[in-house]
Amino acid sequence: MGAAIFPNRYEPIGLVSAIAFWDVPREVAPMNSDPLFDEMHYPDGTPRAAYAEFARWFDGEDPKRLRAKAREAEDAFRLTGITFNVYGDPDANERLIPFDIVPRIIAAREWAKLSKGIEQRVRALNAFLHDIYHRQEIVRAGVLPVEMIARNEAFLPQMIGVDPPGDIYTHIVGIDLVRTGPDQFYVLEDNARTPSGVSYMLENRETMLAVFPELFTSNRVQRVSTYPRNLHASLSACAPPACEGTPTVAVLTPGIHNSAYFEHSFLADQMGAELVEGHDLRVVDGRVAMRTTRGYKPIDVLYRRVDDDYLDPLTFNPDSMLGVPGIFDIFRAGGITIANAPGTGVSDDKAIYSYMPEIVRFYTGENAQLENVPTWRCSEKEALAYVLDNLEELVVKEVHGSGGYGMLIGPTASKKDIKAFRAKLEAKPGNYIAQPTLSLSTVPIFANKGLAPRHVDLRPFVLVSPNGIEITPGGLTRVALKKGSLVVNSSQGGGTKDTWVLEDE
Amino acid sequence: MLGKTAGGLFWMFRYLERAENIARLVETGERMALTRPDGADGEWSSILTTAGTHAAYDAHHDDVSGEAVIDWLLRSSDNPSSVMSCMEAARMNARTVRTALTREVWEAVNECWMTLRDLLARKVQTRDLPKALATIRARSAFVRGALHGTMLRDEMYDFARLGTFIERADATARLLDVKYYVLLPSIAGVGSRLDNVQWEMILRVVSAEGPFRHVHGNTRGASNIAQFLILDGRMPRSLAFCYKKIGDNLDYLYRDHGIRKPCHDLADEICHRLSEMTIEDIFEEGLHQFLQDFLARNTALSHQIEQDFRFYR
Repeated sequence: MGAAIFPNRYEPIGLVSAIAFWDVPREVAPMNSDPLFDEMHYPDGTPRAAYAEFARWFDGEDPKRLRAKAREAEDAFRLTGITFNVYGDPDANERLIPFDIVPRIIAAREWAKLSKGIEQRVRALNAFLHDIYHRQEIVRAGVLPVEMIARNEAFLPQMIGVDPPGDIYTHIVGIDLVRTGPDQFYVLEDNARTPSGVSYMLENRETMLAVFPELFTSNRVQRVSTYPRNLHASLSACAPPACEGTPTVAVLTPGIHNSAYFEHSFLADQMGAELVEGHDLRVVDGRVAMRTTRGYKPIDVLYRRVDDDYLDPLTFNPDSMLGVPGIFDIFRAGGITIANAPGTGVSDDKAIYSYMPEIVRFYTGENAQLENVPTWRCSEKEALAYVLDNLEELVVKEVHGSGGYGMLIGPTASKKDIKAFRAKLEAKPGNYIAQPTLSLSTVPIFANKGLAPRHVDLRPFVLVSPNGIEITPGGLTRVALKKGSLVVNSSQGGGTKDTWVLEDE
Repeated sequence: MLGKTAGGLFWMFRYLERAENIARLVETGERMALTRPDGADGEWSSILTTAGTHAAYDAHHDDVSGEAVIDWLLRSSDNPSSVMSCMEAARMNARTVRTALTREVWEAVNECWMTLRDLLARKVQTRDLPKALATIRARSAFVRGALHGTMLRDEMYDFARLGTFIERADATARLLDVKYYVLLPSIAGVGSRLDNVQWEMILRVVSAEGPFRHVHGNTRGASNIAQFLILDGRMPRSLAFCYKKIGDNLDYLYRDHGIRKPCHDLADEICHRLSEMTIEDIFEEGLHQFLQDFLARNTALSHQIEQDFRFYR
């Protein structure tokens, strides 16, 4: 290993490649002039095939009854306690994420194609992580510039040469997708650290089953309820060498005040695993063990919902109260499986995103089936020429900028702004990347005056184990409830929908 | 199971029990105030003492009035033993031990909390008090029902039950101790009018008027009542009943874990005293003395359970 590759100081890298559309301030939301793709209706207003049954049902329903049913659904969520905490707001300590009763429906054929692409991408992510923490062939081959790793703060030098059980790094992955047309999906972001939201996927379905049972007799919807069992099996299959007999799985949560606490307890409960916090754990006889009523009991697989930095005060952030002192050494010695493995953030980092097509090709030998939002790196000569020629149609961002500063949104910028920006870009092209603006698809929500189209995204959940890759049909659909808004974030007026993948006709 | 979870269950059910007990104290106080306007303020004072919160109340108030005491006991966030504070604590514990609860138990607790939060958002007016108290009672009954109907009878259930009965024994013993002077055998053998009022109060606080009548007819007497609430193993709020249950649940834990722990010995001693002593023995020892001793032992047992099953360390 070349000494120069891994400097000891990690400067934060600010390269923002993909425009996560909820990061874009609403008033400057990029949109081009193509007609929006609505997933439920053809432009003439007739329903697409996957929605035909639903549309028939909806037309026969009394809106008053539906409104009452929507309230019933909300009550169900409140009772379950499926809430998220808002930091620093004592009055709204536990908030509900709004739920829309209109399902987002995906045809079996669409899903089959999509899930192949997801599987390929997740396979590549894992291979990439293995390589990055071993021989770094991808850097040697000149496919990925070394700075992408060396200056990446999510890269953990402590992971170099470590072999996690089964060679699995990302046991649980969430891939954020947006859609722009009948067969056109784009990956907006990979989530390879501790993706959340799966409890909403499961509870949304439970609620739909309880509130609109009749819909599930007229539509054949693929099940999602097997997820917790699959998660448990998938984690168990990654048990470490030190495990004897049936693996003991536990979920590590930062605690009751964490915004995703509900999900942590929900998953532990559904898996029949213990929900532990750092102070329940300690290293005993070379194993990480939890304090039970009968003394300390070793844990084989820890599904941690605590960030890398807080995992082990002896190895990472010394001030962390959330982790377990010494867990990293035990992990390295094969005494425990940590899921996801430490250091996976290097694969979903914004800096790496623009290289995903190359990464997929490098490790799978195939072209990526799922597209990235195309990203031009202005440091490259041809890309720069293209960007300069098409400034009025592109979003140009500073590599080290964040929060929308130093950004040009071509379609809404004035001629003067574009001119000024062109000068900056020509002076230091390496500081910039550019992306096209996308027309995001819509799915209707049930609004006061009936159906109204709103922008959506989709996060499918993927499980990885030595036994293979499993993708739960559907995922979490987030919806921007405000008209015209592209912000699906729950803290900013976003809601969720049940996501249906239909059985084959 | 995790030590933390055992502790969470134990305290969740202590708080639920306490919320119910406090609500019953309020109910009794209000009843006394309505039927005996002459002596009511003194009763509110002794109700505060029974709830173990008189000093804290005084720190926040200039005088004792029914309205202020009711508000303090039902919904004050300055009072950690108010019904609302107890419900907050019970639900917080329930969230912590969510994985140990069935969905039914969790939803019953959560709904209880949501209902009380709305019910106690503002000061409860006198005319709304009976309905509010009835709601509290009904909501806690749902939680108990869900517990009995759906929870596996394993150590989780044992810790939930231990919390319930340690708290209940504490409440009953406290009530008796605050009122011990009206329970001493009188020379005349017949209670004065004032005694009768006090006895009624004691029986009401433990929801035992009907059961007492059932066992002793209409003849109330100090030693009958003391005997009923301390030694009658059929009466679900008596010390003997609570310790029968505590003994059983500790015994299940012993069989489950295969290890006898110091808390087993402590509980045995208390059980033994309750089963061997007669009410005359207790009066001889001194009722106040006996109750003080009991309260101390009950607290010691709670701490010992905490240690033996590693709630915190």
